[in-house]
Amino acid sequence: MSAIPWIILFTPLAAAAVILFLGRFSKLLSAGLAIGSAAVGCVLSWWLFAQPDPGETARFYWLDFGEALRIPIGVTVDHLSKVMLVVVTTIATLVFTYSVGYMKTEEGYWRYFAGLSLFLFSMLGIVLADNFVMMFIFWELVGVSSYILIGHYFKKESAADAAKQAFIVNRIGDFGFMLGILLLWAATGTLMFSELTGRVAEFASNPIYLTVACVLVFCGTVGKSAQMPLHVWLPNSMEGPTPVSSLLHAATMVAAGVYMLARIFPILHAVPVALDVIAWVGGITCFAAALMATQQDDIKRILAYSTISQLGYMVLGVASATSADVPMFHLFTHAFFKCLLFLCAGSVIVGMHHEQNIWKMGALKNKMPFTFLAMVVGSLALSGCPLFSGYYSKDLIIEFAVVKYPFLGWLSVATAGLTAFYTFRLIFVVFLGKPKDDHAKHAQESPLVMLVPLACLALPAWVAGYGFVEKFFFHVEEPANVPHLLHPVLLVLFAAGVLSAFLLYRGADKDPVSIPFFANRLYIDNVYGWIVKNIQDGGATVLSWADRWIVDLLVVQVPSKLAWACGFVLRFLQVGNIQAYVFFFGAGVVGLLYFLIMR
Amino acid sequence: MQLALFCIFAAFTLAFGLGVVFFRSPVSSAMSLVMTFIGLAALFVTLDAFFIGVVQVLVYAGAVMVLFLFIIMLLDLRADQRRPVKLSAWAGGGIVVGGFLAILSQVVFSLPALEQTKPALANPAVNDVAQVGLALFRNFNLPFQVIGVLLLVSTVGVVVLSRRELK
Amino acid sequence: MPTLANYLIVSGLLFSIGLAGVLLRRNILIIFMGLELMLNAANLSLVAFSRFNLGQDGLPGYNAQVLVFFIITVAAAEVAVGLAIIVALYRMRQTTHVEDLDTLKF
Repeated sequence: MSAIPWIILFTPLAAAAVILFLGRFSKLLSAGLAIGSAAVGCVLSWWLFAQPDPGETARFYWLDFGEALRIPIGVTVDHLSKVMLVVVTTIATLVFTYSVGYMKTEEGYWRYFAGLSLFLFSMLGIVLADNFVMMFIFWELVGVSSYILIGHYFKKESAADAAKQAFIVNRIGDFGFMLGILLLWAATGTLMFSELTGRVAEFASNPIYLTVACVLVFCGTVGKSAQMPLHVWLPNSMEGPTPVSSLLHAATMVAAGVYMLARIFPILHAVPVALDVIAWVGGITCFAAALMATQQDDIKRILAYSTISQLGYMVLGVASATSADVPMFHLFTHAFFKCLLFLCAGSVIVGMHHEQNIWKMGALKNKMPFTFLAMVVGSLALSGCPLFSGYYSKDLIIEFAVVKYPFLGWLSVATAGLTAFYTFRLIFVVFLGKPKDDHAKHAQESPLVMLVPLACLALPAWVAGYGFVEKFFFHVEEPANVPHLLHPVLLVLFAAGVLSAFLLYRGADKDPVSIPFFANRLYIDNVYGWIVKNIQDGGATVLSWADRWIVDLLVVQVPSKLAWACGFVLRFLQVGNIQAYVFFFGAGVVGLLYFLIMR
Repeated sequence: MQLALFCIFAAFTLAFGLGVVFFRSPVSSAMSLVMTFIGLAALFVTLDAFFIGVVQVLVYAGAVMVLFLFIIMLLDLRADQRRPVKLSAWAGGGIVVGGFLAILSQVVFSLPALEQTKPALANPAVNDVAQVGLALFRNFNLPFQVIGVLLLVSTVGVVVLSRRELK
Repeated sequence: MPTLANYLIVSGLLFSIGLAGVLLRRNILIIFMGLELMLNAANLSLVAFSRFNLGQDGLPGYNAQVLVFFIITVAAAEVAVGLAIIVALYRMRQTTHVEDLDTLKF
């Protein structure tokens, strides 16, 4: 019984290892092993979900230096991890199956499935981790898998650059994360989540310390969950194959940041200042990403900015809600409908022979009806249409936000309207109107192996917000003092967003609205480029000057010149006269005798 | 009697030693050196070191000095011309030699253990050669063998160094 | 009866004479002879100590005499090699005057 979590954790790793060695010989083997491992995980996760929480779980000590440092590798099976396990494994199974159809004509088939299996292992490690160090290890592993998968088409320079950017930007966040972990460990001496959450009272004497530690730990989320200002990697990560985008960069990996915050929820809620920081970062991200999404032309990038925006919602939810189940609920529904949207986008891309610009598509409604239907379901869920899952989870967060942080709360309300706008902009341009390209004229519906996962995801995207589902997985309560106007305003904004998208984009051949500020992603990339170029180069110039004029002079020139000078002076002893040498020798011996015998 | 013999031989040795240094002709110096070695051999005999005395005459006076004389003849050295006295050399020499003698006399006259006269031997007719041989071959066999190698090496070295075409 | 001190004084004087020869004479062969004098002075000292320090069995300490034996041997080898060098030097420079050999001057 207690081995079940370990089996869930290590099966994908075993699959990845076998695929690594044998996968190149058989596509069927690679796909089969990967899907098999995910399916095993899925079944066992659902089974585990039904079981009551075990008390203590097994752990073994990976690094054991006695009392001073003892790093365990163990699993924690509680409500939070069980829900996340279900989400991760279910979506993984569906995406793996979908990949069989998507990657049929692509190169590097076995490499792809090995990377996906490795990713699944790493993600499950984050979910099951019972201490900070183990989580950090698997956090980095997830980053590595992401690098491998984003850079799948490594021969394309933009893909290689995107993979590097993803890893490096994540690393910046992870640096703060590690500092936060070290601070917490230095203060309490323990790294286990169960012990840390209980020891919050110890920090009462020094709240600044705890605040700083929590903000630093939040840096990890800023990196991994693509909050501002470290969000720049997520849109570029769309260079990877679409199933990768859907699994990693929509449903699971980016949600790991939110999951980690949910894990340390009691600690965070002991420090109001940290919560304020988290809320502002989440709120600003949410709004700014939605603005940027309204002007993107690549179908995957629209969804990427949408993901960043929804992650902002989740982070805002962590700060405003009273229980970790609130942001987790949105994470839950978002995983399903965002994954669905990405897989639909993938289906469209395959139908368009890997063309991704929405202005080259059009009228795909009739060519790809099933995809169209699934996409509409996902879009309605994303926009917060009543009766679809997104409405329940997102609006819950908005309620909490409006009560606790009014400015940010109403900002997120505005964002909800923007969400509806850009989502339906995508629908109207891609599926309605006239075909704008040859590919669009000859598009075909995707094969069954890709459509079945779409169906399997469309159902939870629709119903996952309903009460009975919510009660099955979570325990949430509505906040008090919710303004009465909130729900009507949200509905009006939803309708307004859809309507304005309809009016602006129905039948449009090119974008009637042009806002370069949003289209160029708020020029943040340019800022980063400037920083790297000027500050880094400037720093390098200063160091080079210091090296030449300080280090070289003091450490290199002075000893060498000194040695030369000594040599020059001593040279004059070489008189070339043998008898002079004998004299020196004899005088030295006599002197030595004098000092040894007479003194 | 012993003291008289000692004084004679010591004076003999020292006189010819001075001769080595002060004769201008190299041959005269070489012959003085031969006489010095013989005087030393006599002193060794007064110290009951018969074997060493004989070896001294055989090797030093017999072989080494012959070698010296051969070289003097080979190089056809003439007597040194009178050269002007170099004050710095004489001063330097005086300092070193004087210093050494001062230290030596200081040491010798301050240790009472050095004032002992020759202690009597247990067996006055000791077989000196046998004793030295035993000491050599029992306790110092390895250095003895190494000395053999050293002589070989020096032979080879001399042959190499004497080649006409040596650059 | 001559004491040990007498022998040591003689040895010391002989050594000084040799040293003076090395420092003051300018013909390289005479310098070499001075070196031989110094070695022999040391030999005299050693034999004196050997005779004056009797061992357990009333015999002189023959270790010192063995050392003298080695010194004589090594001195002979040294003379051979040294003279070979002097001959080679003479062939090159046509002089035995030590002040003419100054190529190691700075």
